[in-house]
Amino acid sequence: METPSLLAHLQPLVPDVPLEAVPAGDWPTVLVPAAHIVETCRAMRDALGYTVLSDLTCADYLPREPRFEVVYQVVNLEAPARARLKVALPGGAPQVPTVCEVYANANWAEREVFDLFGVTFLNHPDPRRILLPDEWEGHPLRKDYPVQVNVPVRVMAPLQVTEDEFIANIQRQRTVLSKRS
Amino acid sequence: MPPELLPAQNPYPGIAPDDDMPFLLTTVERVVNWAQRSAIWPVTFGLACCAIEMMAMASSRYDIARFGAEAFRASPRQADLMIVAGRLSRKMAPVLRRVYDQMAEPKWVISMGACASAGGVFDNYALVQGVDQVVPVDVYVPGCPPRPESLIYGIVQLQRKMASQRTRVF
Repeated sequence: METPSLLAHLQPLVPDVPLEAVPAGDWPTVLVPAAHIVETCRAMRDALGYTVLSDLTCADYLPREPRFEVVYQVVNLEAPARARLKVALPGGAPQVPTVCEVYANANWAEREVFDLFGVTFLNHPDPRRILLPDEWEGHPLRKDYPVQVNVPVRVMAPLQVTEDEFIANIQRQRTVLSKRS
Repeated sequence: MPPELLPAQNPYPGIAPDDDMPFLLTTVERVVNWAQRSAIWPVTFGLACCAIEMMAMASSRYDIARFGAEAFRASPRQADLMIVAGRLSRKMAPVLRRVYDQMAEPKWVISMGACASAGGVFDNYALVQGVDQVVPVDVYVPGCPPRPESLIYGIVQLQRKMASQRTRVF
């Protein structure tokens, strides 16, 4: 369906949210304010049947304010139909509530957006970097991040399990193997 | 060989003409070098697109087995050559180092492709600009990706290097 008809279906479900249609070439696209994204996603999922969050990503339009746009692509498997929700965020301290309660697979996607763009997701159950090392400084996919980076390569990585877990794993392997033979 | 042949007419100069059983003189070093370079087994370390060309080199058309690299060993403990084929990301660098450390001496490293040699076309935050920042490299094979014949040439160069070095038995 086109954006006006999506808006016609969506706006009555969230009457006090100022939704805005965004011209897009492929799928109906709606601009949602950051504070209301969770209830809008919940309305999309429960009432309109967009049960799958197919992608959660971000775009940086640096000289423009608002600088960031977090994009949620949702899919209705029954209809079938796709739709896009966008949240525009300022460049200073970009924050948006997490949609993890609505779409569970938003967890890692939001971690990736935080890691590469620096957008903070409020109430996220696991707010840490996912791709870069934890002590990395900066958010590389921002437009003002340098292309060539001269950081020494980390050659030794500490074990990610504790010593007790390591010993427990080995003992469990040994009991499994001895049971097999 | 009949004993009345003069030394100048002896067609086998290294062989004593009086014996029935001819023998060949050499050094332990040269024999060990020959053995090591003629049966150099790589460990599978294909990271990205260069791995496809490495597989092509290992299959029947270009066949690395005729140069001695008969079996690609999955375990680094059983291999003596590591062909780093592909882009090395910063996240993968400790893993590469760990696999290299687990190989037993003597070991050699071939850096295959532009990304492994110098970062390739990717000069950014995510990739290591040349695996020689992580492991010592013996032969660099340029290309994006290098043709299988190029990689075979690299392995042959490595074999020449091994022939000219002092032996590293342990």
